[in-house]
Amino acid sequence: MNSLRRSAALAGFRLVIAGIPILWLGLFFLAPFLLVFRTSFADPVIAQPPFTPLFDAAGGIHATLDNYTLLLNDSLFLSSYLGSVRIAAISTLLCLIAGYPMAYAIARSPQPWRTLLLLLVILPFWSSFLLRIYAWMGLLGTHGVINSLLLDLGLIQRPLALMYNDAAVYLGIVYTYLPFMVLPLYAVLEKHEIALREAALDLGARPLRVFTDITLPLSMPGVVAGSMLVFIPAIGEFVIPALLGGLDTRMIGRALFDEFFINRDWPLAAAVATVLLLVIVLPLMVFQRGQARAHP
Amino acid sequence: MKGRSLAIYSWLAFGYAFFYVPIVLLVVNSFNASRIGSHWGGFSLHWYQQLLDDPQILAAAWLSLRVAFISACGATLIGGCAGLALGRFGVFRGRMALTGMVAAPLVMPEIITGLSLLLLFVALKSLTGWPESRGFTTITIAHITFCMSYVAVVVQARVATLDFSLEEAAMDLGGRPFRVLLDITLPGIAPALLSGWLLSFTLSLDDLVISSFVSGPGANTLPMLIFSKVKLGVTPDINALASIIIAVVTAGVVIAGVLMLRAERKRVAQRP
Repeated sequence: MNSLRRSAALAGFRLVIAGIPILWLGLFFLAPFLLVFRTSFADPVIAQPPFTPLFDAAGGIHATLDNYTLLLNDSLFLSSYLGSVRIAAISTLLCLIAGYPMAYAIARSPQPWRTLLLLLVILPFWSSFLLRIYAWMGLLGTHGVINSLLLDLGLIQRPLALMYNDAAVYLGIVYTYLPFMVLPLYAVLEKHEIALREAALDLGARPLRVFTDITLPLSMPGVVAGSMLVFIPAIGEFVIPALLGGLDTRMIGRALFDEFFINRDWPLAAAVATVLLLVIVLPLMVFQRGQARAHP
Repeated sequence: MKGRSLAIYSWLAFGYAFFYVPIVLLVVNSFNASRIGSHWGGFSLHWYQQLLDDPQILAAAWLSLRVAFISACGATLIGGCAGLALGRFGVFRGRMALTGMVAAPLVMPEIITGLSLLLLFVALKSLTGWPESRGFTTITIAHITFCMSYVAVVVQARVATLDFSLEEAAMDLGGRPFRVLLDITLPGIAPALLSGWLLSFTLSLDDLVISSFVSGPGANTLPMLIFSKVKLGVTPDINALASIIIAVVTAGVVIAGVLMLRAERKRVAQRP
């Protein structure tokens, strides 16, 4: 009897502990997506809130596909989606190229050093993201540090246009998201690397061969996880293109932000968000799957 | 072999330079008397002085600090529950849903989260009359929502490394679940809760996009104010503000790191 009551208490306790986050996320994370979806079928009106309700006064359903037809026919949105995917993909590749050797070097460094080296990768992540982008504005600007240095050295006669273009956006994304690439790569490299590598080398394998046959395949989960952690948020990035990008830097996060805050067309912004969600749903599923496998 | 090692460690050094040089230059420049950042006009605290005389910045900073404090507490509580459930409860109903809902905010583009939360607050208002206006409360709720995922991940990772025989023994001896949680589980996951709290605090203090969506007229957080200023270019007083924020955050992280390291050593030393 006593043990029965105890297990009931335990079940109740677990229900509460698991129930609180499920309820919170259900209300404040999941339900809002349904509202975005619903709003994307509304018409914009000048009212508060600025869109038509789903049910009109007569009780009928008011839904329109206008926002989606507009979206598909407007070259601005199409090029913004493509631009976002392109910029995110190239930035992810750059992060991989820059981050892999870093993770490899940390994983191979002597044990006492590793924690410190890892901390130095994590630390920038703790300091403000907005301010780190702002710091680059001070470096890249027309009167910025790089330009004045080059001018003083006599290497250039006129300041270079280092900012307000796509290259500056790549730089900003790599700078911001590089830790997200290095950490999962380090996690897999640290686990498998040393013993297997030494065994292969002892057996006479050439270093390049060891890398392509052992290190690289074993680190693939880290490559996938890191790439998703960079690629998905980069697609929807707003701050970096807004501060470092040029007027012709088309990214969908910026288009959505402008549609919402400048044109005040909430239904169209909701449609843009819905399509953006469709764009990232595939990489999102790859990421979730990898996470589920890593934490069974 | 030696050459390869040298190359790879040079790359690592270059990586760290890439991370830190822009920040260091920013801090150095905040003491620059000259308005033009590229020329050193002598050491000066002028921009810091100007900062303290700007009521707009002080108001925004106060709002941001309040939001960050409450958000960090809420996110630690709710995210801690999520991490405990995911790391400790094995298979339960809703586990799949919770796993997905915890992982998704980590990578979800902020513009989507922001827009969707705003639509929720608007819908809630027309249904229930609450929230009456958008500002402190709505920003805090939004921040709890995206910060709790980070706490959950940190706590879950910590729970996975803990030995639960003590907990089970206490249960077998008739300890009530809540009592066991307070006396045994909580001290074990305390370092993770602390780092989760700090992480939430800094993430909240830093958020621009989500806050922009869910705040109302008149409620400007610090990042919103900074963004509206720096959109037009570099301004020296923002250099000073940035340096203060970076100094505070770095100090917080270092102190937390030292505390956690000490707690960890103590725990290892006490182990039989």
